[in-house]
Amino acid sequence: MKKQNLWGFCVLPLYLFTLLFVLGPMVYMVAVSFAANNSSGYGFEWLFTMDNYKKMTEPVYLKCFAQSFRLAFSTTALAALIGYPFGYFMAKLSEKRKKLMMFLIMVPFWTSSLIRLYGWIIILQVKGVLNGFLKAVGLIDKPLKMLYTYPAVLVGMVYALLPFMILSVYSSVEKMDWSLTEAARDLGATPVQAFFTITFKMTLPGLLTGVILTFVPSMGLFFIADILGGNKIVLVGSLIQDQLTRGSNWPFAAALAVILTIMTSLMIFLYRKITHAKNLEGMF
Amino acid sequence: MKKKKIRFSSIYLVTVLLITYLPIVMVVLFSFNDSKLPVAWKGFTLKWYETLFRDAALMEALKNSIVLGFLSCMFAAVIGTLGAIGMARVNYRSKGMMEYLSTIPIMVPEIILGMVFLAFFSLLGLPFGMLTLVLAHTAFCIPYVFMMVKARLVGIDRSLEEAARDLGATPAMAFRDITLPLIMPAVASGCLLAFAMSFDDVVISIFVNGPRTSTLPIKVYTQLKTGVTPEINALCTMILGAVVLIMLIYAFFQTWKKHQIS
Amino acid sequence: MEEKRPVVLELKNITKSFGETEVLKGVSLTVREGEFVTLLGASGCGKTTTLRIIAGLEYPDSGEVLLEGKNMENMAPEKRSVNTIFQNYALFPHMNVYQNIAYGLKLKKVPKAEIRNRVEKVLSLVQLDGFEKRKPAEMSGGQRQRVAIARALINNPKVLLLDEPLGALDLQLRRQMQHELKRLQKKLGITFIYITHDQEEAINMSDLIVVMNQGKFEQMGTPSEIYDHPMTSYVAAFVGSANILKGFAQKSGEEILILKNQDGTLPCMRNGYPIREGQEMTIAVRSENINVWREPKTDHWIRGVIREKSFAGGMLRILVQLSDGTEVVISRQGINFHYEIGEHVCLEWNPEHGVLVDMEGQR
Repeated sequence: MKKQNLWGFCVLPLYLFTLLFVLGPMVYMVAVSFAANNSSGYGFEWLFTMDNYKKMTEPVYLKCFAQSFRLAFSTTALAALIGYPFGYFMAKLSEKRKKLMMFLIMVPFWTSSLIRLYGWIIILQVKGVLNGFLKAVGLIDKPLKMLYTYPAVLVGMVYALLPFMILSVYSSVEKMDWSLTEAARDLGATPVQAFFTITFKMTLPGLLTGVILTFVPSMGLFFIADILGGNKIVLVGSLIQDQLTRGSNWPFAAALAVILTIMTSLMIFLYRKITHAKNLEGMF
Repeated sequence: MKKKKIRFSSIYLVTVLLITYLPIVMVVLFSFNDSKLPVAWKGFTLKWYETLFRDAALMEALKNSIVLGFLSCMFAAVIGTLGAIGMARVNYRSKGMMEYLSTIPIMVPEIILGMVFLAFFSLLGLPFGMLTLVLAHTAFCIPYVFMMVKARLVGIDRSLEEAARDLGATPAMAFRDITLPLIMPAVASGCLLAFAMSFDDVVISIFVNGPRTSTLPIKVYTQLKTGVTPEINALCTMILGAVVLIMLIYAFFQTWKKHQIS
Repeated sequence: MEEKRPVVLELKNITKSFGETEVLKGVSLTVREGEFVTLLGASGCGKTTTLRIIAGLEYPDSGEVLLEGKNMENMAPEKRSVNTIFQNYALFPHMNVYQNIAYGLKLKKVPKAEIRNRVEKVLSLVQLDGFEKRKPAEMSGGQRQRVAIARALINNPKVLLLDEPLGALDLQLRRQMQHELKRLQKKLGITFIYITHDQEEAINMSDLIVVMNQGKFEQMGTPSEIYDHPMTSYVAAFVGSANILKGFAQKSGEEILILKNQDGTLPCMRNGYPIREGQEMTIAVRSENINVWREPKTDHWIRGVIREKSFAGGMLRILVQLSDGTEVVISRQGINFHYEIGEHVCLEWNPEHGVLVDMEGQR
């Protein structure tokens, strides 16, 4: 009498695609990371070796990881510092203004990140808009070198990832039950105390989502460092790309990628443990 | 005191927004500048728009990007929507695992995805070009559609389809008349999001595009590294216009959706 | 004459389990054309499952559903000439009122002009003329309710199933809709099977009440049968919240039986049951039929202590506790009651108000 559920077949394409084009490539990457590089040119040999992982402990590469982490941390911290108040204030606007604000946030979010990057080049370059402005106001005599510096890269990264932070904080603050803060005030908390003991704690999942959504991509966004930082800042992302193209050392690139994946997965795992969330809150 | 607080928050919001828009405004502004270098205003011109349309390589890249975005978002729409529907209706043990696996493409840094696709496609011996681009883009477009549709399905009362059955609809008809129209806005917004992501993607494309196929972001990227021509400004301005248009359509879908839920 | 009406729906010994839980433990029911049948029971008693089995939205594990004499086994819901009004109305949110109501007819490929005609008629039947273009989201609960009724009625179902249709409405609207539903049912002569947990609703509207408890039909009967002659303590307590008291048979007359327990004696009607002396028995006594005195006025009474007094809905509710902890509720019209909390009192009632219950298989 029980009817076999035909809806089950709907998942077939997703299953096939995921197994073939997501799980398959990932497994292959792990396999390659244990292979030996063929020093005589392209390709690699299927010998099981830990060399690629050992190679990562060389100071050059450790420095590269450290640099990546430093940039990712600073980016995330800055994005949180700027994005949290923004999302918070935005959620407190009237319905109509909220909608307008959402629209204004989404337009650059959906605009090509490269275009926006180029906009920064125009602003930051030696003969650029910012230098021109500073000179005109009389703050500087000689143009400052702003492009191709670490701060420039940081600005570009924060700029590219800020919308993620804003949106996740916003959706979390939006859901906030304000009677809780009122209750805290009623029980004798100052506004600041009420904010830190109630509001901040309640909106923490949103902030953490934002942290994940800025931290994870910032580990891999090599092109921002590439364009705004010149060749001075080498991130894991750029290193992987370099090993794949110029160095043509695939096993080493794979090993780097494996480590990077493990680190970002760890972040997401921690996030899930802390917030007990199944999906990243706010984005969907 | 309260008034002052409100004023501070407004100033803050406006300032951040202004900084956000500043680079975009620069790009738009200099697309009309009568100079090869984006440093000083030399007067208004439309000549960059003219040369843009004569630049065959750039136009080809634009076409590729649109085709790529369209194809991968269509495939993602079908696979992601079906997957979300199937998972909502059937229970089996591998479900949670599968759900996690299928969202991997938006959970790991793009560069990883690019590299594994490069390695895997060469293993399979696939010719690098549109085919590999579409496969790779479909992979990271699926999660957007999947998660949007899944979230929407959770909000649809099962008794709606039962009511349709009760009124004489077969299961297929009930799905067509009730569930499908109700998830359509979610499919549409998932698709738009997916298209935007595909249209903007450099990192993954750069690994799998092959020697002869170029997408617009790749073209822009190479120019940014070697030297930018003002045509790019003009093109970017036009894309920006298109994005605003798409955004308006999206906003329309959103209000439509809201209309239907409550 | 009533009995001559043809049988429209029959349930024969239906069972249903979800996993380990047995939801229906063999229920049978015969419904005649034009009857208003209410399934009354607390939540989780299996009434909604019964309804869904009739509609075809669930299949029974065993037993038969006969609709106009035809076995409905494996018959999909869309092929059954029954319609349902869902608890939350299940109006299609993306369709307006007209599209919602016309949906069933459209599926049957009824010509457009006729659909228009019939929608108009049914809308005026439920007093929603002119609401065709509204979306469900733009309507009040009561209006949505009417749309749901119209959407079902337009298909001329043999049986209309209503799953707690008034549950989401406020008290005043509920009373009003009770009358309206009854009016519609009388006017159209359609068989209604109505689910509720509200005994007042059941008594006001039904021709036949089926009291359900834990997957079983406890008692079937007209409202007055159920109210005045409950067969089981569950029915007595659930319908009109009677007090359930236990005692041992002491003296049995032709008509009147006296029970005895630790607090006194309890008179009730024998109802023709054979009685063994000393047998433990249960009786139900309605709260409004119990008198309270300081000193006994008749031969039979029980003693208790007043624990609580509260006033609600024009009635004073007095809680008296017996020595074994049993609580007896007494209700009085008005607010005057000259006894204090903690006072010892005697409870008396007319023997005809004591109803023997849980006597199954004793006759």
